[in-house]
This record gives sequence, C-alpha cells and structure tokens, in this order.
Amino acid sequence: MKFDAPATNNPIDQLKVVGKPLDRVDGPLKVTGTAAYAHDRYDSIPNQAYGYVLGSAIAKGKIKPMNVSAAKAAAGVLGVVTAENAGKLGKGDYNTAKLLGGPEVDHYHQAIAIVVAETFEQARAAAQLIQVEYTKADGSYDLHAAMATAIRPEKIFGGEADSSAGDFDKGFAAAPIKFDATYETPDQAHAMMEPHATIAAWHGDTLTLWTSNQMIDWSTGDIAKTLGIPKEKVRLSSPFIGGGFGGKLWIRADALMAALGARATGRPVKVALARPFMFNNTVHRPATVQRIRIGATQQGKITAIGHESWSGDLPGGGPEVAVMQTRLLYAGENRMTAMRLAVLDLPEANAMRAPGEAPGMMALEIAMDEMAEKLGLDPVEFRIMNDTQVDPENPSRPFSMRTFAECFKTGAEKFGWNNRNAKPATRRDGRWLLGMGVAAAFRNNLLMKSAARVRLDSRGTVTVETDMTDIGTGSYTIIAQTAAEMMGVTLDKVAVRLGDSTLPVSAGSGGQWGGACSTAGVYAACVKLREEVARALGLNHPDATFVDGELRVGNRRIPLAQAAAKKELVGEDQIEYSDVDKKYQQSTFGSHFVEVGVDAATGEVRIRRMLAVCSAGRILNPKTARSQVIGAMTMGVGAALMEELAVDKRAGFFVNHDLASYEVPVHADIPHQEVIFLDEVDPLATPMKAKGVGELGICGVAAAVANAIYNATGVRVRNYPITLDKYIKGLPEVA
Amino acid sequence: MKPFTYQRVRSPAEAVAAFGRNKNAKFIAGGTNLLDLMKLQIEAPSHLIDVNGLALDKIEMTPDGGLRIGALVRNTDLAAHPRVRRDYAVLARALLAGASGQLRNRATTAGNLLQRTRCPYFYDTNQPCNKRQPGSGCAAIGGFSRQLAVIGSSQACIATHPSDMAVALRVLDAVVETVKTGGVTRQINIRDFYRLPGDTPHIETNLADGELITAVVLPRPVEGKHGYRKVRDRASYAFALVSVASIISRDGSGKVALGGVAHMPWRNETAEAQLPKGAKAVAENLLSDAKPTEHNAFKITLAERALASAISEAKG
Ligand SMILES: Cc1cc2nc3c(=O)[nH]c(=O)nc-3n(C[C@H](O)[C@H](O)[C@H](O)COP(=O)(O)OP(=O)(O)OC[C@H]3O[C@@H](n4cnc5c(N)ncnc54)[C@H](O)[C@@H]3O)c2cc1C
Ligand code: SF4
Repeated sequence: MKFDAPATNNPIDQLKVVGKPLDRVDGPLKVTGTAAYAHDRYDSIPNQAYGYVLGSAIAKGKIKPMNVSAAKAAAGVLGVVTAENAGKLGKGDYNTAKLLGGPEVDHYHQAIAIVVAETFEQARAAAQLIQVEYTKADGSYDLHAAMATAIRPEKIFGGEADSSAGDFDKGFAAAPIKFDATYETPDQAHAMMEPHATIAAWHGDTLTLWTSNQMIDWSTGDIAKTLGIPKEKVRLSSPFIGGGFGGKLWIRADALMAALGARATGRPVKVALARPFMFNNTVHRPATVQRIRIGATQQGKITAIGHESWSGDLPGGGPEVAVMQTRLLYAGENRMTAMRLAVLDLPEANAMRAPGEAPGMMALEIAMDEMAEKLGLDPVEFRIMNDTQVDPENPSRPFSMRTFAECFKTGAEKFGWNNRNAKPATRRDGRWLLGMGVAAAFRNNLLMKSAARVRLDSRGTVTVETDMTDIGTGSYTIIAQTAAEMMGVTLDKVAVRLGDSTLPVSAGSGGQWGGACSTAGVYAACVKLREEVARALGLNHPDATFVDGELRVGNRRIPLAQAAAKKELVGEDQIEYSDVDKKYQQSTFGSHFVEVGVDAATGEVRIRRMLAVCSAGRILNPKTARSQVIGAMTMGVGAALMEELAVDKRAGFFVNHDLASYEVPVHADIPHQEVIFLDEVDPLATPMKAKGVGELGICGVAAAVANAIYNATGVRVRNYPITLDKYIKGLPEVA
Repeated sequence: MKPFTYQRVRSPAEAVAAFGRNKNAKFIAGGTNLLDLMKLQIEAPSHLIDVNGLALDKIEMTPDGGLRIGALVRNTDLAAHPRVRRDYAVLARALLAGASGQLRNRATTAGNLLQRTRCPYFYDTNQPCNKRQPGSGCAAIGGFSRQLAVIGSSQACIATHPSDMAVALRVLDAVVETVKTGGVTRQINIRDFYRLPGDTPHIETNLADGELITAVVLPRPVEGKHGYRKVRDRASYAFALVSVASIISRDGSGKVALGGVAHMPWRNETAEAQLPKGAKAVAENLLSDAKPTEHNAFKITLAERALASAISEAKG
C-alpha cells in the first residue's frame, strides 16, 4: 500500500480497540518470568555450550600473537576463537568498528577472543588464562583536544552536515539582543537491563541466532555480510528484548562471537556480554560540545539562530546530529547549523534514544531559557512567540501539523507555572531551595517501510506476523489492537508473532518510528485480508464492515471464521510512502515542566514534580505510550543529574563501566510524573494517523531540569550532568 | 573466577584452624562483596571458609550498658534493632543509607567493615592498581578520581573506604573483637582498626592473616543528637561523595567523623573540640592536610557544608 494522500476515514477511526489504555498482551508472560529472553531460551536447541568473550586491555595498538594454549587446556574448554583462526571476516554496514579485533585493536574491550566451554564458569576462568601482549599506539581520546582537527562529515543520518538560510552572520551582528554560549554533553551509556546476549547454532551452512535485537532485517544482513555467507542462510529470532535504547539496533560482539564459537566447536553456543562490556565493548552516545547563538529584537522575535556541534567517533563513524532540531524548532530568518566530527579512539559512538535531538535539546533549551531571561520574557511566552507553522529553512514547506504552542499553554496551566518566580534563588521550603524549569520537546517523525502478514483461521483467530520487535515498548499490544480494529474482532482473537527474520520485514524499533510504522504495515496487510475475506464469502462490497467477528453488508451478517472454514486466508502487504514527508515536515512536539528542590547546604537535587505534554498524532494506546514517556522522562533526569561515562584520557576508555559507578536514576529520584497527550490525529503521517512518541519524551527533559536548578539556585551550569560539584560554591552560606 | 574449594565451619575455633591449613583462604559471610570481586578475579582465593554457621548473629547487652553485635548480624537486623534505633541512631541511619534492602539483608557486620574500595580502577584488572596488585602502580592518580580520597592518601593509593557503617562506628568508639590462630582473642579499637594506604595499600586493616572478627562492641550510649548525613549523586543506592556521622550535644560539643574522604573513616579529636565554634573551624582543622585532585577538590567545600548542615540540624 502506498501512502500518498492524507488519510481519510478508515476502520481505525472507530477506536473500539485502538486508542484504548489496554494492558499489555504480553504482560502476564513478563510478570510471571515466562517471557523467554535470549539468554533464557534453553529449549531453543539442546546441548548448548557457553562462550565467554575476552576484550582488549588497550584502546589502540596491536596484539602480538596471543598464547591460548593454557586456555585450551583448561577444564571443560571446547575451543578458543581469535582473529587468527576465525577465518576471513567482513564488517556489517551498521558497524563502525570490527566486532572481532586483532591483530589491530580499535578500542578498549573490543572482543579479541571467545572461549567456549561446557559451563559458563569454565569459559570465564579459561578466558583469564589467555596471555595477550600488546604494542600500544597513541590514540586520540579527548574531544576538546581533537576539536581543532574536526572535519565536516560526509555521511550523516538525515541530511547534510551544514545548513543555512538568510544570512546568519549579518543577522546576528545586527540583532539588538544577542546571546552566545557553549554547552557540553557527556558520553552516555544505554545501560539497558538486559545485556547483549545470543545463542548461535549452525545446521550445515545455515546459521540461527536467538538473540536480543531491535532491527531484525538490518542485523540479519549484517551478520551475513560479516561472516561472508548469503543472507538467506541466516535466521534471527528475537521475540523479547530487555531494553535496547538503540544499543541493539545492530549486531554486536555477542552475536558474531557466538556464531564463530559455534562454528569452531560444532556446538550451539550461548554468549552474554558481561556488564562491564556494555560500556566499552558496545556503543554509546558520544559527548558533544555545542555553541549556540541567538539574536532577537528587543521584543523577543528571533532574527538569527546558529547552532554548531562537535563530536567524535572512530575513523569511518558519524557525528552526533545534535543540531537537527534547531533547523526546525523556532522561527527566525537568518540561520545556520553545522556539525563537525573529530576522530576519537574511544569505543564506537552510535545511536542512543533520540540521537541528535536528545543532546541537542539539552543545549538548545538551556540557551532558550537564558535568552528569555536576557529579554525579560517568560520562557514559555518566548517560545510561543517564536513558534512557526512552516519549516523555517524552507518556508514553502509546512508542518503536517504543529500544536507546539498548545503544549505550552496546556502545560503551564496544569503545572501552575504562574507560581514560578522569574528571579532565581527566591523560593525556599525549609532546607530546600525551590525552582521551576520548562523546556520544549521536539523529535522528528520518521517514516519507514513496514510489511506484515495477517492470517485468518477457521476458528476466527487472526494471527499477525511481522519481524517488528517489542523492546519493552508495547509493540505486541498496539499491533494486536490494530489487527483487532481492522478485522472487527476482540483482542483475545488476535495472536501476534514478532521478531523473527522469517517474517515480513518491518520498520523495526528505532528512531521512534516503530509504533506508527509497524502498525501502518499491519493496517495495510489487514486491508488485504479484508479483501480476501470478502472474496471468500462472495461479499465484495464497498459498504462491507467488519464488526463483532462478522462481515456485514446491509442485513447480511456472516461470521469471519466461515470465510476461512476450508482454507486459511492470508493478507500480506507493506506500507510505503510517497513524498508526503518531503512536502510536509513531520515532527512531534511537547513541553516539559519540572520543579526541583536543591538542598541549600549540599546542593543535592531532588525532583519534586514533572509534567510532559505531548503532541504526537493519534495515541494508539495511552497506557503503553505513557509508559514510554515516563521512562523517557526518567532517562532525561539521568542525563540532567548523573549520567556520564568518565573518560580516562590517558588510556582511552570509560572508567565507570558498571551499574554501581555509571549511575542512572533510582525510584527515590523520581517523583510523581504526569503525562498529557493532546487529543489529535495527523492524517499526513500514516493511515493510523499516529506518530512516534517513545523518543519525544526524552527530548528537552534534561534542560527543563537544568533550568529549574538555575531558577532554584541562581547558578547556571552549562555542562552536563549537573552534579553538585559544579555549583556548590554558588550556594548560600549555611546558617 | 578461579576454581576454589569450599568449607562450612561451626565454631570460631574451627574457622581459624581451617584458615591455618589453607594458605590462600578467605572467610565468606554475606558474600555481597567477596563474590563480586571473585567473579572479576580481583580476589582469587583457593579456599572459602563459610562462616554463616557460626552462632555470631546475636545482639546482646554488655555488663556496662553497651551492646555486643555478633559479626554475622545482618545489616538489616542491626539497623532495625530497638536498642540501636534508640541509643545508637547514628548507626541505624548509616546502615540504612548504604546499599539496598536486598543487599542489607545479606550483608553482615564483619563483612561490611571489611568491604573493599570502590575505586573504579581497582575494579578493572587491565589497569595498574597497587591495592589489587602490589607494585603495579596506581591508575587513579592522574585519572578519574572524583570519588576518591582527599586526605590521608599516598603516592601509592588514593582510594577511599566505602563503608557507611564504619563511619558511624568511628564516632561511637566501637571496639572490634577477634580471634586468631591458636584461639588468641583481642579487642581492637575502631580507631586502630583501619590503616592509611602508605606504601602498602593492599593491607587495609590491622587484622592478622586469618584473624576472624567475632563481634563489634559499642560502649555505653553517649548523650547527644545522632545524625548521619550522606551526600551522593542520586537519592539512594550510591556510595557517599561525602558523609558526616555526628553526635552533637546541647552545648554544641560532640563527635564527628567523615566518610568518603579517606582510606578510613576520618575523625580527629582536636578538630572535634572546635565543634562549638562551628563547621568551618572543625573542617579547617580536620581537613588541613587535604591533598585533593582536580576532580575531587569539591569534597572539601562539600564536607564543610555537610557538617554545617549536620550541626544546624542537631541544634534545630
Ligand atoms: C551495589 C552495591 C552497593 C553498595 N552500596 C553500599 C553503600 O552505599 N554503603 C556501604 O557501606 N556499603 C555498600 N555496599 C557494600 C555492602 O555493604 C557490603 O558488600 C557488605 O556489607 C559486605 O558484607 P558481606 O557479609 O556480604 O561480606 P562478604 O562479601 O561475605 O565479605 C567481605 C569481606 O569480609 C571478610 N569477612 C567476612 N566476615 C568476616 C569475619 N567474620 N571475620 C573476618 N573477615 C570476614 C571476607 O573474607 C571478605 O574479605 C554495596 C554493595 C553493593 C554490591
Ligand atoms: S587509588 Fe588505590 S585502589 Fe585505586 S587504582 Fe590506585 S592503588 Fe588501586
């Protein structure tokens, strides 16, 4: 199905199942511990052996030949694979660094060997017996030092490295009120609960991977490419994923090393990356340095806006696209954005929840707060004043819909924003300095092709099959809701099979496109199945409706099951898009309001209240969507207050590589959170009239917290995370 | 983790004797620290002596009105004990500020005292660390040292001791009771229990090899308001940047010890005498020899402010 015109009335608009705050269909499996995650799939194949991955002890250099004899001779060991005996390996399209290093080492903890043994403990103990000698090479590990040699990157996700409109330099120079500041965001880890894990098995030349992966089709292709085998010879299965946040968009060392270990030993091999590997072996969100300049009239109309960002990655990698939102978020005739990329020999930088916008909004939305203060304007008012209904770089291109101002008006009222005192450090509650902050939320809505197959059997059960993944987001549920709505059945009549490369290729879970696009694909397949049903029943009629398990035309009502009485019916299709997203800019919007208390003596921050107001088209399931947004808000609090991978600039690695030292928020950090979804549909998005929401929730949160801390203390911190050491000297004397 | 043998013992004497027969042995209590370190091969004992079967899990009154806490009393039970809550609130608060509910249910009094540093380089066997591997160097010096010591550190090691409980025990003037090979028992004042790193950061306490902790004794309760102020980057489940254990009397005098700043709970009786003059006077004296790194210099300011807050809370 080609989506090439605004969606008109369709069966989804009935909203009998879609749009309802239903419990997750996979909830019972999760809460009873019976949802089998990759490492739990003991019954996928018998006779599993265990692999333990050894990582490089240096960041850059060469391995002299390794001595694996002691490891091979250790109890229970079945085999050891290193680059020397792994055979020829390629590299996946989505990987920057090789997944198996040696003799060259590209980053710290890059996999350099796998030991396969009968038990996990044996494999781990034997891995410690491998003797490795290195020749270290000098590397570049300091973003500030590398900025001078940063280049304009060719390859970026979602456009060009630079953009401009009007004449920024002139416009900024001429602006009566100018603001110019530089912000820093640190390297961050996905830190999802489930580490990367895979069970690999070969049958002849065919490889099966039971794994934990967000993008089945990309990853099937990449593992095939890395191993130099045809894609058809690889099967990937990933029905449950314990969080990914972008860290599982690709194959990682667990998948490749398990495959190599299995090939070498002739046994199925199970590999989970140890927790320290999550930080230096896999990928992370890279640090940025961002300079923002805003020029405005005395009244607060933005006339010039410039945003530059620097980040680093291994050779061949890409930049953090932190300026993207600034191309679209606020009006102003003179504009420039630019991204520069430095070479850093730290672990591979790559996508993490809302790549680009998440760190970009961390900087831009502090800058907007600072500028509002400079102008003597309320920050809510300042943002509304500079709202735009068209792409400001290309004013002939409207937004498909934009209720940005509405998000602020609703939020300000619900939050009691008018109780804020614009003068910082003026409100107090006992030992707590109180402050309120606000920021915009913004994330683009990306459209991806997505296919599905829907079957109807003789019992009237509808089974949906697509390689879409559920990374804890609720895909199973919204896909079931979509099929139930389309086929006119109740939710219990729908079964959903996901996350298998033998199924039709979906959009996958990334870039907040999964929910809207995969359900649109299911919609398309259901349209096909409806035709099949009508044909089978000889009732091909434009007025046919699917209601209560029946096909109805006029007075005729025939149970659906009857259509499949003799033979199962199948509808398969995919959603594709014409140039709707070229003609119309598609984005999602929101506002974040935060109140904090800052301990006047020690500077400890405690969030008191949070509110997000989101505009993201139709909300397919307000319950799962809310979970996405409050999770994202929590992650934003982490970004604001504590998350930072500490770089050892001498040895080139992230030092705090466990969950005791890479801190993320705990329950005690997160107070009551509220989420409001504006009641709207976006017919230019997909037939579902829905857009993404899973990443919108994180964009801007950290800046709202930062602005609240400023409002509480009067100290402005421009480098994240905003830990107490950065402002303690500015706090009032302790009585 | 290296293969090891394992043995359960039923009496302190048996425990100590078992140690005598196994050179590279370790006692294991709750295992919440030791097992983590063994998995990472930071500790690699060849023999484990499980002391959980020793009947050292009681809290009893001592003749002079103090408390004897068995070495195996779990942190949760200790924090919940009515006498501890009433008379030694600083201890209850320090315990509850540490780790998580699940960990405290396992963690024991002796194990808590002997938990090892959280220096991130200690945890990475690829990095030089004098504490883990004597003579290999110290990666933390010149590296990421935000959490590490500001005082009492050496050229060999700048790690801190992470226990919250120990900081409270230090202001309480607790005494550690032990038994050594041959059944020799002794009492070690907590003041003399820990060591500064010096040239031998791998030796953290003055316990002899194979010396078993049997109890911790608290003297008679002292008058004053008890407090434990733990400052950290998140609200719970994090080690202290700085902590202050305090017992402050009505007249403003009292006892204070700092956590998170040194290789041991940091207390100094001369500095303490300045308490009636306020936090600044105490902190200046207590931290006068501080040699912070660029990453942790803030701890000096933070310690003074946390102390000021503790004093004002005690008065309020
Ligand atoms: C994620 C995490 C967070 C934590 N957060 C905190 C925190 O915020 N604050 C805090 O204070 N602690 C914290 N801890 C540490 C925790 O308090 C310790 O792990 C625990 O107290 C150790 O007690 P255990 O009985 O489990 O010791 P074990 O792990 O069993 O033993 C520790 C050491 O003590 C020795 N030992 C045990 N018993 C005896 C004995 N009777 N005689 C002689 N030697 C003995 C062992 O040989 C070993 O060397 C945290 C731990 C974890 C894992
Ligand atoms: S500070 Fe101490 S524990 Fe940390 S690396 Fe140095 S020697 Fe090891």
